[in-house]
Amino acid sequence: MSQGVEVVGLYVRDQDEALTFYVEKLGFRVHTDVRNGDYRWLTVQHPDQPSFQLGLFMPGPPVHDAATAQTLREVVAKGAMPPLVLVVDDCRAAYDRMRGLGVEFTQEPVDRYGTVDAGFRDPSGNGWKMIEARR
Amino acid sequence: MRSQDPDLLRRLLRAKDRIDAASHEDWPVPRLARVSGVSEAHFARSFKQAFGVPPHRYLLTRRIERATALLRDTDLSITEIAFHTGWESLGTFGRTFRDITGESPGANRARARATAHELGRVPACVLSAAHRPDLTIAVSEKRRRLAGDINGSEQKEVL
Repeated sequence: MSQGVEVVGLYVRDQDEALTFYVEKLGFRVHTDVRNGDYRWLTVQHPDQPSFQLGLFMPGPPVHDAATAQTLREVVAKGAMPPLVLVVDDCRAAYDRMRGLGVEFTQEPVDRYGTVDAGFRDPSGNGWKMIEARR
Repeated sequence: MRSQDPDLLRRLLRAKDRIDAASHEDWPVPRLARVSGVSEAHFARSFKQAFGVPPHRYLLTRRIERATALLRDTDLSITEIAFHTGWESLGTFGRTFRDITGESPGANRARARATAHELGRVPACVLSAAHRPDLTIAVSEKRRRLAGDINGSEQKEVL
């Protein structure tokens, strides 16, 4: 595939904290981590999805003025950013593993007509749905 | 709008998430304040500033949302749904349901079933949020407006 979506970014409150969460708790890998002064371009990748990167970005200069950055931090912390969906082979097993690692779940696994889903948040407040698809 | 500390908001979100996960349970302010690590005195005001509605009203909307889904998707009796969704009496459930949605639980069920839904592809959590009743005013205020202000309601909403 040579065309398509390559990076989608999230706003996080702390890039080190987000990196630890997505790598150590969710099993993602670092794809790019480069700095230019205070700016840090940080993306991670699901090990099964090499064509897609999830960006973990901080609101702030030079992209945002102080008031805009504060607004973005508030919106993220309120859980008001768009929903994210992670597809897994076994929702209950993933739930047990991640919960053991201290992931903050907002919903235990629930069966819905052949699919199983659970909900969790990253440390910043971004909300994920974790779905085991019908086979 | 005055800005709020993102760390506080993140902790308030935790209380909102707990309501979402168990709206059938009782959520008095002291319990919610504990979840958020905030004093009881500040909790309700901070929650309302963050999410636009007081915590008690948010809880009501979640219960009505769940009840609406159960009416639509299950064959549970209305009495069973009332108790499943956290009401202690059928009367309170029916009255609150009517006040918020404008119709009785039975009428809502009949209408929902008559309408074909093509919503299978939307994740259930997103769907339920989209169907959340938009309770922008207090239930008591809504009752009062419906009554045409003839008999100013004696009921006051807690919080």
